[in-house]
Amino acid sequence: MAVVFDKPHALTDAPFHYCPGCTHGIVHRLVAEVMDELDIEGKAVGVAPVGCAVMNYDYFGCDMVEAPHGRAPAVATGLKRACPDNVIFTYQGDGDLAAIGTAETVHAATRGENITVIFINNAIYGMTGGQMAPTSLPNQVTQTTPYGRDVDIAGYPIRVCELLSTLDGVALAQRVTVDCVKNVVIAKKAIKKAFENQIAKKGFSIVEVVSTCPTNWGMTPVEALQWLRDNMLPYYPLGVYKDSEKGARLHE
Amino acid sequence: MKGNEALAEAAIQAGCRHFFGYPITPQTELAAYMSKKMPKIGGTYLQAESEIAAINMVLGAASAGVRAMTSSSSPGISLKSEGISYLAGSDLPAVIINVQRGGPGLGGIQPSQADYWQATKATGHGDFQILVFAPSTVQEMVDLVSDAFDLADQYRMPAMILADGMLGQMMEPVEIRPATDKKPLEKTWATNGHQGKRVHNVVNSLYLKAQDLERLVKERYQRYETIKQTQQRAEEYLMEDAEYAVVAYGASSRVSRSAVNAARELGIKVGLVRPISLWPFPVDAMQRAADKVKGLLVVEMSMGQMVDDVRLAVNGKKPVEFYGRTGGMIPTPAEVLGAIQKLAGGAK
Repeated sequence: MAVVFDKPHALTDAPFHYCPGCTHGIVHRLVAEVMDELDIEGKAVGVAPVGCAVMNYDYFGCDMVEAPHGRAPAVATGLKRACPDNVIFTYQGDGDLAAIGTAETVHAATRGENITVIFINNAIYGMTGGQMAPTSLPNQVTQTTPYGRDVDIAGYPIRVCELLSTLDGVALAQRVTVDCVKNVVIAKKAIKKAFENQIAKKGFSIVEVVSTCPTNWGMTPVEALQWLRDNMLPYYPLGVYKDSEKGARLHE
Repeated sequence: MKGNEALAEAAIQAGCRHFFGYPITPQTELAAYMSKKMPKIGGTYLQAESEIAAINMVLGAASAGVRAMTSSSSPGISLKSEGISYLAGSDLPAVIINVQRGGPGLGGIQPSQADYWQATKATGHGDFQILVFAPSTVQEMVDLVSDAFDLADQYRMPAMILADGMLGQMMEPVEIRPATDKKPLEKTWATNGHQGKRVHNVVNSLYLKAQDLERLVKERYQRYETIKQTQQRAEEYLMEDAEYAVVAYGASSRVSRSAVNAARELGIKVGLVRPISLWPFPVDAMQRAADKVKGLLVVEMSMGQMVDDVRLAVNGKKPVEFYGRTGGMIPTPAEVLGAIQKLAGGAK
């Protein structure tokens, strides 16, 4: 019988530990499909974050390194400088990338570090049980903003793609989501481009995936996707924030 | 050659082509030397955005299987402690240089030995050790850098050169060991792309099952036991007929050597035991000294940190006294001589 749909080769057989309805699974699959299509699993090295995706070193079939919280872009820098012909990517959440690892993110970007960053923005710390994230929305209720995020106290969310798009070293900064088939297709194209940029030595590429966390948002998966459309997307508009065809490769 | 530059050149000769640093006094010349040399030999010098990023770049490069190094001074080493713990927990080899200055806090920029505890007992969170070597001359800095890379690879663990601002800034003649043809150890665990030829390698320090984590930590401690038995290093000076022993490492051992010579001229039979490996601590040399002498004097540029390890090794057999200066002050030979005379007089 002809196989018309299969698990990507770049995913291992390990079962995901993610909660039902979490969009990590879709994004993992997209990254793995892109690795298969570009035939780079054998030379790819992924850097896992601290957070819900910490154990993705068991899920991706390529070589993997698990980084300290927020340090994935620095670890990826070390890997890339040691193995410039390998394909190096990080996969990070919002707390990892935009709070504790802000400096590593911004500086890897401004160096034009030739790596690919997959950024999952679900506006919450999932793994630790639902605390306020740097990307939690104003008035969003979390475990540590029980009365809603008060911007007078906790400040405003960070828009990462907008921030990074000002930097010369960034080749691609694109925000996508995976709430419906159409957007999944767009997301995959963006992820593929982010890897192709690296192979073409164009510099730092980041794809931000606006994601859901049904468990910690306290919603069903369907409600979570609707909440994402109603609340997340207005604050985090989808689109390409930087696409430098020239690239900004600072070193060979 | 200046101490800091000698450390850098020695690393290059040892095959290090990846250096990640961040400016801090008094180790600056090391990074500057690397920035001049690395581009000319196809290596990487990268100035990181922070000490934290620098040690994590080392972690990434070490994961890929290359010899990687970073250097700093005391406050910067505190920032690196997270990464050092992860290196140890991931069984990664790397070399870290600490050109110590006075502390705590921002402290000062004068030479100090107040990071002994940090280096040997608390480089980061969790159950682990790193190799720690303490040179006392520029030549020895060169030799120990080479050994540190070899042993780090052999035992898959971080190694530190614990120097200080005096050694880093002083100039002495050195002979750099030429690069050897010795084949580097094959790193089958490296994450440098499996090319479809093996299962994927994972460099990781997370083990959610307590049984797994305990087993791994215990395996590591078996390795540490082997290291304790085979890698203790100490120099003994005028110890053959010694009735008293001064124990000092690094810069304070140079001062102590002068004091020992001066004491000998006064007829006091005193020798010097100089730890070269701080972890593993040279327990055997301490016990040999304790069996022989009437008392020991530990001299440090701190309020007394290594003295704890000396007392543990001597285990109450003989009195162990302490003399130290701190905050960047260097004890004079006359001060140490005074402490030796006090020990010799008091023990009669």
